[in-house]
Amino acid sequence: MKQYYLLITLLCSTATLYAQIDPVLLRNTPKDTAEMKMNMDAIYNRPFLQLGKLPVALGGYVEANYQYLKENGISEGHQFQMRRLTLFVSSAISKRIKFLSEIEFEDGTKEINIEFASVDFELSPLLNFRGGVVMNPIGAFNQNHDGPKWEFIDRPISATQMLPATWSNVGFGIFGKKYVKDWVYAYEAYFTNGFDDQIINNAEGKTFLPASKTNADRFEESFNGSPLFTGKVAVKNRKIGELGLSYMGGIYNKYQEDGLTLDKKRPVNVFAIDFNTTLPKSKTYINGEWAWVHVDVPDTYTEQFGRNQQGGFVDIVQPVIKKPMMGFEKAVLNVALRLEYVDWNKGSFKSTGGNISDEVFAFVPAISWRPTPQTVIRLNYRHNTQHDILGNPPSKIAGFQFGFSTYF
Amino acid sequence: MNKKRMVMGLLITILLAALACDKILPGKPADDSILDGPIDGLTGEQHQMFLRGDVAFNDDVFTATNGLGPLFVSTSCGSCHAGDGKGHPFTTLTRFGQTDSTGNTFMQLGGPQLQNRAIPSFMPEQIPAGAAFSKFTPPANTGLGFLDAVPDNTILSLADEHDADGDGISGRVNWITLPPYITHRPGTVERNNKYIGRFGKKAAVYDLMQQTANAYNQDMGIVSSYEPYDSYTHAEIDPEVTNQKVLDLVFYLRTLKAPIQRNQHDADVISGKQLFLNIGCAKCHIPELKTGDYSIPALANKTFQPYTDLLLHDMGPGLNDGYTEGGAMPAEWRTPPLWGLGLSKNSQGGQYFLLHDGRATTIEAAIKGHGGEAQASNASFQKLSATDQAVLIKFLESL
Repeated sequence: MKQYYLLITLLCSTATLYAQIDPVLLRNTPKDTAEMKMNMDAIYNRPFLQLGKLPVALGGYVEANYQYLKENGISEGHQFQMRRLTLFVSSAISKRIKFLSEIEFEDGTKEINIEFASVDFELSPLLNFRGGVVMNPIGAFNQNHDGPKWEFIDRPISATQMLPATWSNVGFGIFGKKYVKDWVYAYEAYFTNGFDDQIINNAEGKTFLPASKTNADRFEESFNGSPLFTGKVAVKNRKIGELGLSYMGGIYNKYQEDGLTLDKKRPVNVFAIDFNTTLPKSKTYINGEWAWVHVDVPDTYTEQFGRNQQGGFVDIVQPVIKKPMMGFEKAVLNVALRLEYVDWNKGSFKSTGGNISDEVFAFVPAISWRPTPQTVIRLNYRHNTQHDILGNPPSKIAGFQFGFSTYF
Repeated sequence: MNKKRMVMGLLITILLAALACDKILPGKPADDSILDGPIDGLTGEQHQMFLRGDVAFNDDVFTATNGLGPLFVSTSCGSCHAGDGKGHPFTTLTRFGQTDSTGNTFMQLGGPQLQNRAIPSFMPEQIPAGAAFSKFTPPANTGLGFLDAVPDNTILSLADEHDADGDGISGRVNWITLPPYITHRPGTVERNNKYIGRFGKKAAVYDLMQQTANAYNQDMGIVSSYEPYDSYTHAEIDPEVTNQKVLDLVFYLRTLKAPIQRNQHDADVISGKQLFLNIGCAKCHIPELKTGDYSIPALANKTFQPYTDLLLHDMGPGLNDGYTEGGAMPAEWRTPPLWGLGLSKNSQGGQYFLLHDGRATTIEAAIKGHGGEAQASNASFQKLSATDQAVLIKFLESL
């Protein structure tokens, strides 16, 4: 743990941060594998294909699966799901100006989202400017969420239902990186449009940050005129791993309209820590994220909507066979385990002083086979234990999922 | 690893997973351990209506956008009746009014129910100065259709308002005025344009339609065509829930199954039931009732075991909150059905909140809280040996 404190101290005391957009990725050339990639690089750390002399490169990924789940003995039967089709388009406008967009079709065409569409300007090696639809860098999963990178069919509950991954908004900001021997330091800071009062006014019946994603107007106008700030600092050591600390905060409610005061300003604050590493001997990959959400919910509103939430996940991925298999030269067979937990409502009842429950715990053992690094075929067993707000006997959901995800 | 081994490995993994399915997927809880689920004998069409009502009851969460409040107690039906069981003090309902039966003069001040929560920017209600009040823990929904199908004459036959038989028990009917949207059940009895109330802590509700329309309006601030007045402005506004949804929900409540007794052949449970009868509990908590003709054939002419007489009883000064509801005086409470009692902890967060306001956190405490007409039974219970008390409670927990 001391090492991490040291890393954080070093990061905070670093006065000069260097950054440079890597244009290599936008060309149809091999990647610089020596350079350390961080979660913030995930949007460019994808396979792109450039056709001839076209000024744009294309890419994407697709994932589909079968699942059979039971909740308290009742099943909805055999389900085949087309979870995502995502298309990337990138363009090197000049050597130091790049554009990248990501358009996602979820559950067929049920949801179509522009998840990312921004222009990056490299103003100097120390400073990059980004504007457009940006992915708020809260935690790690929100930026590094491509299906083919994960051994699990479901995205982490804490990342997608507590933090609202994938969460992107219109805004502007800066980012940068500095490499020093085996170390790399990075920062990001953005002001964007933000949340709205749906986070405590939704059919989920709980404080639910993703509810704001249904407000398509957020790409056109801010709900309340107050910007959402998202900032992250991260440090990575080639031998130790990557540690990120992030914050996202702003006002979520409409506190005034036409100059008239409607309510006081009510903030939402989110803190997250993320970490990933690969153990040198066993090559075990460990990746985790934990976050805390604090929402100023009116005292006169129902306790059903939590003032505090916390949760996270840890993935442990162990390659067990790494050799050519069935004609695939770089095939890898992994076993993996995800543990995840979310407390949707951290607190106690005013009426009894008893604990407010409303929490979910899940474990997901998995087997994944990667015929190539860009493609994963996954078999998961999922087991969720979910308590209601009163802490009554839990609802249990469990079942098997089988599917694939691949870049193309 | 060659291709053949790889394919074999994959096939074996899939086969093992398939074989393991039944072992490692969560099984259905035993029917006698849960309160939800429909009665037997419904048709496919009725099952569809039940499912629609189930969604309306358990999944529909109201928000400021679709009509919640602005003043309210809860955001959904299910939040007051988890798993269709008894509620938790978190959603206790507070009724206020006056101590006598001359009528609730606080109706224009937000009565009869306090909406103690509000959507953002609004302030919740306060109990007006001078108003008496009482707190009601939400009851279980289980088996309500059976209670609804009990003929009025059966209830009247159990009443003994002036204690003619001299047993100290004088159950009486709460005669209530019906709202215009109520359809009388077959054979309903009318006196001076008033009808028998059988639901609610004070028996102030005629049937499940009235209960549902009231709960939408007073608990969630949802206006329907049946209860068209907004609980905040007291003005008539457009319905915020469709008639079909209200009807589906009423059907759901009517067709929820009755709780199934557990361990009924256990020797202690059998002995406990005998003690229950011996000390006079069954004079009010009538073990068995029978339904009459009913619009849902699966509920018609059925014998069932609710442990209630659906009548008002004077429960003594300890349970007198000073609040009158209709003709039900402050110390009078309708005999609550005891079926499902043993499962209450599973909907109340792991502990009991019993009696009308949840003040009793054990069954013993609830029995000790009985006064008035039930004082003799309470005293008899106290005289039982510790073993017999435990056996009687074991019987109650089996219900």
